[in-house]
Amino acid sequence: MSAVAAPGFPAPARRLGLRGGLRNTFTLTWRSVLKIRTNMEDLLGLSLQPIMYLLLFTYVFGGAISGGTHAYLQFSLPGILVLSVVFATLGTGLMLNQDIANGVFDRFRSLPIARWAPLAGAILGDMVRYSISVAVTLSFGMILGFRITTSPLAAVAACLLLLVFALAMCWFSALIGLMVKTPQAVQWFGFLAMFPLVFGSNLLVPSSTMPGWLQAFVKVNPISYLTEAERGLLTGGPVATPAIRSLLWALGIFLVFAPLAVRVYRRKT
Amino acid sequence: MRYDATNAIEATGLVKRFGKTTALAGVDLVARPGRVLGVLGPNGAGKTTAVRILATLLRPDGGQASVCGYDVLRNAYQVRQLIGLTGQYASVDEGLSGTNNLIMIGRLLGLPRARARARAAELLARFELTEAAGRIVKTYSGGMRRRLDLAASLVSQPRVLFLDEPTTGLDPNSRTDVWAMIRGLVADGVTVLLTTQYLDEADQLAHDIVVIDKGKVIATGTPDELKARTGGQVLLVAPSDPARLAEVGTLLEALAGAEVATDAEAGVVSAQVTDKTLLPRAVRELDDRGIELAEFTLRKPSLDEVFFALTGHRTDEQDDTPTRELEDTSR
Repeated sequence: MSAVAAPGFPAPARRLGLRGGLRNTFTLTWRSVLKIRTNMEDLLGLSLQPIMYLLLFTYVFGGAISGGTHAYLQFSLPGILVLSVVFATLGTGLMLNQDIANGVFDRFRSLPIARWAPLAGAILGDMVRYSISVAVTLSFGMILGFRITTSPLAAVAACLLLLVFALAMCWFSALIGLMVKTPQAVQWFGFLAMFPLVFGSNLLVPSSTMPGWLQAFVKVNPISYLTEAERGLLTGGPVATPAIRSLLWALGIFLVFAPLAVRVYRRKT
Repeated sequence: MRYDATNAIEATGLVKRFGKTTALAGVDLVARPGRVLGVLGPNGAGKTTAVRILATLLRPDGGQASVCGYDVLRNAYQVRQLIGLTGQYASVDEGLSGTNNLIMIGRLLGLPRARARARAAELLARFELTEAAGRIVKTYSGGMRRRLDLAASLVSQPRVLFLDEPTTGLDPNSRTDVWAMIRGLVADGVTVLLTTQYLDEADQLAHDIVVIDKGKVIATGTPDELKARTGGQVLLVAPSDPARLAEVGTLLEALAGAEVATDAEAGVVSAQVTDKTLLPRAVRELDDRGIELAEFTLRKPSLDEVFFALTGHRTDEQDDTPTRELEDTSR
């Protein structure tokens, strides 16, 4: 078609390249990060939640499970890291849901930007939130007496592995956020899906006392692999197998839920 | 495909269904460049659906639409470069400050950082939001939010601006402010499509009006044409001496050959004018009897009266099927 150039107005551009799309994404990432700073309630929840888990689990379960709080902390902290980050991914879905409900997404969609940028920007911005969650959990754990017995490099690897897994999980959260109507529903569906996944694992307790069918589930649960890998990286133990399995799971989750989320998102367009 | 580019907005036969409900049943409309097209109709008439289609947010089930000659489906990316959108739905981010909202949009539109910042400051000043610029939008009043919404849709200097019920829920002062801003934009050459439930708003702002009811266009024309459509104008006569009001009433009744309304409190008699000779005859008769006049006015019917004549119901009557809710279920 030929451009309809009105005098004094340049004809609009035909398409936006990948670079333009990435620029859009970074602008929207900036927005998400800015919102973390301004939304003190979210930041407070994000930091207090792991602290609460740490205190509760360490002092409630510690003695009963490991015969002492320190021994239990060494066992449970890697699990609490996983738990905090996985629950924090719910925030992605919540935020998307809110953006849709109060019309911010419609504003984005009326702008000449890449269609995928709002989704990608939100998720990239959330990586900052997850990093905060990891940092708080790890530091507070160390205040309580947790010690990394491997190496700093292994600890960094542990954090990266968590973030990669979170990057995959938040697509699942995004899908829920795009599909249900209210933030409350996001919470419900998210918890219904995540609770069995998180607690049906070796995250807080060794699986040896569980009934056989549950052990079978725990054995294939991605959360179990991730927890095992985190333990290996932070306090010693096997790393390679559980880490590779967690990464494979992360890839699988991403490959299933990212296209689904993008599809649902596009259908609204 | 190219449409007649002399029109800023053109839509033919737009159809949109949500489940079993038909929100639009073949809507045609045209907005001339640099003019205000008022889309008028009660709640649930399909106004918002039409705007969402024209602003590339919703795919129509049938029909075609273009903005400045660009098809809203095939050339959506071009259309998005030309339009600005303000509505109950296309909103600003409550969790950011006014400044950051506008900077974000500027950056999304590809403005360099400094340019985006300058543009934000300029718009905030223009909409009298400079003082609140650094505050989170959550703390803004309704009027301030609406002004920021409007500012947000202007960052790109759009050629076509969609305003979906821009003054709904605003107090009279803020409404007048928004009206003044819209007039300013039109003076700058922007084409505006304005939806409203308020007839006086359409009357005040629109050059052309499309009346939509139940997903169909039931009338088009200028405000004056629409008012003329209901036929008669209204003649208002007030004698200087209130004591002669009854006399004037009887006289006009005889001349008009129809019942007249006498408002004793205002001291005015009003008569429907169906016959064009009524005016000269009335002047002659009143003069013959030596009745001095305080007022002698010919008034067109208000758009309220027009709307009632066209649809058979008042504008504030709610439709059974609010479009907005239906769109929500499609999410």
